[in-house]
Amino acid sequence: MLRFLVRRTLGAVVILLFISAFTFFLFFAIPHDPALLSCGKNCTPDNLKIIHHNLGLDHPVPVQYYHYMVRIFTGHRFTAGNCPAPCFGYSFANSEPVWPTLMDRLPTTLSLAVGGMAVFLLIGLGTGMIAAWKRGTMIDKIFSSASLVLSSLQIYFVGPIVLALLVYNNHILDQPKYVPFTDNPVAWFNGLLIPWCVLSIIFTANYTRMARSTMIEQLQEEHVRTAAAKGMSSRYVFFRYAWRGSLIPIVTILGIDLGSLLGGAMITEWTFQLAGLGRLALDSVTKTDLPMLMGVMLFSAALIVLFNIIVDAAYAFIDPRVRLS
Amino acid sequence: MTTMTKPEEDAVPAAPEAFLSVRDLYVRFSTEDGIVKAVDGLSFDLERGKTLGIVGESGSGKSVTNLTVLGLHNPRTTEVAGEIVLDGQELTGASNRTLERLRGDKMAMIFQDSLTALSPYYTVGRQIAEPYVKHRGVSKREGRARAIEMLEKVGIPQPKLRVDDYPHQFSGGMRQRAMIAMALVCNPDLLIADEPTTALDVTVQAQILDLLKDLQQEFGSAIILITHDLGVVSNVADDLLVMYAGKAVERGSVRELIHEPQHPYTWGLLGSMPRLMSDVTEPLTPIPGAPPSLLSPPPGCAFHPRCGFTDLVGGGRCSAERPVLPDGRGSACHLTDEQKRSVFIETIQPRLG
Repeated sequence: MLRFLVRRTLGAVVILLFISAFTFFLFFAIPHDPALLSCGKNCTPDNLKIIHHNLGLDHPVPVQYYHYMVRIFTGHRFTAGNCPAPCFGYSFANSEPVWPTLMDRLPTTLSLAVGGMAVFLLIGLGTGMIAAWKRGTMIDKIFSSASLVLSSLQIYFVGPIVLALLVYNNHILDQPKYVPFTDNPVAWFNGLLIPWCVLSIIFTANYTRMARSTMIEQLQEEHVRTAAAKGMSSRYVFFRYAWRGSLIPIVTILGIDLGSLLGGAMITEWTFQLAGLGRLALDSVTKTDLPMLMGVMLFSAALIVLFNIIVDAAYAFIDPRVRLS
Repeated sequence: MTTMTKPEEDAVPAAPEAFLSVRDLYVRFSTEDGIVKAVDGLSFDLERGKTLGIVGESGSGKSVTNLTVLGLHNPRTTEVAGEIVLDGQELTGASNRTLERLRGDKMAMIFQDSLTALSPYYTVGRQIAEPYVKHRGVSKREGRARAIEMLEKVGIPQPKLRVDDYPHQFSGGMRQRAMIAMALVCNPDLLIADEPTTALDVTVQAQILDLLKDLQQEFGSAIILITHDLGVVSNVADDLLVMYAGKAVERGSVRELIHEPQHPYTWGLLGSMPRLMSDVTEPLTPIPGAPPSLLSPPPGCAFHPRCGFTDLVGGGRCSAERPVLPDGRGSACHLTDEQKRSVFIETIQPRLG
């Protein structure tokens, strides 16, 4: 297990290096001069040159990349302001370092993504298993066709409708907002309930279908039949034998879906005006605040890589064949 | 349960007295292509402590028959008619709860491929103990002790350590032993072994068969041994039943079937079996053609399209009239007893060497 974690962490570092380099060079591929932003109205070429020097833009791009990476660990004092380690750059548009802003926005996005995941895993896997258990019956048909319809509902379509129906017109639920969990857990839950549900609709529908089909597949497995041949009850066979086997494909898909979950969380933030990383990324694009954008991208990538390591570690808990080899 | 009218020509054997008695068993699957007659009017008996070998090609209905005995067929797509009586208890109409109580306790099954038939997610010990804990109502600790005892009985070295291993940590032969231990953990009266040695090395095959024989002597179980290998059954079984296209075509003791087989299909099976003593240049004589589709089996004798002796019967009887399998020793073939004997002695036996 330890060797596994060490190996995966090293792999993650390499992946993040690639992503950071890619993002950094993309930064310079855009026909835009960051120095213009701090130069003001009467910008003389001399002023621009000074700003270029202050920002380190007069160095070649690889050297700038090297500086960027080193400053993550050492911090750096920009002329515009101080950026202590971990320094992911300095946002000239906001006049503050990138990292504290990221940390400020992270809890919203994390609450949204993890809560949404909990919702679609609970409901999706639950209904999928019920459909598999009752396959061929009316319940199965209802769940299956409902999941087909729901899997085509986009967040930015459902979100405003839900807001209009449940919040503005009928006042059944609170206006979505983010209250830190540590401040008030109940308000945290109420504020995020609508975003969670809206974010997880498509996922729920897909996981219903996936859980149903993998369960039905598992029920055909020979070892599941053996368990039945031993006289174990159908409930035991279903929940102990078939369910255990169907976890593997579900966890695999979950690992792949984490990226789109984070993407979905960002769209949800935009839909419900929640101040998370997604909003931050969009705002940075409109303000051409490239250091901030770069920070968000790198940080999101790191989050996805981290979640994937957790998912891979989960395999070992599910399948002893992975554990021992 | 639906009742089906049974064809006139089917002989009804004597009233069931045996430990396991199967009477006029019909198993039909509805598939998208139509109805598959997987088992078509099968009858046999089995006494306690005896071994019945069921021989036939793939798709002849051997495995389906035995899954039906255990009630493991899919009830939604399968139609079962006929009688299966185990120790005086009717099984075909029995509730799922009744069958669950019998499975693993009074009747148990050993499957062909122990790698896929054992769950990769639980330890061997847990899988062996499960039916014991359930049927005997003992604690998990007692179940584990019993699992160790059973592993020792089937010849696994260091059973106290191996009980916590997962199936993939066992070799093929050891897995099959573990599967036997699992099947025998409650001392079942009926043990169905579905090609228990097919996936194993030849040397391990003999060990497994010996083990089954020893355990049978110890527990007095009745065994049904399903195989396509006449060599395997002839060493272990008392009686043989040859199946073709869902029907029994020949029945008799092992001696009778090996030394004076009567049915052209049995001749074919014997002819396609390699023999150690025969010359390497001597070609095997496989049965021509392929097993018939069970969606639309040939009319009359299902074997007639592949049979080389239909001319001897003449009059197109083979393709028109379904031959009857008599009670006891006999075969379902239109050849007369005299013809069967002379054809076997004159043409078949010399070829077998």
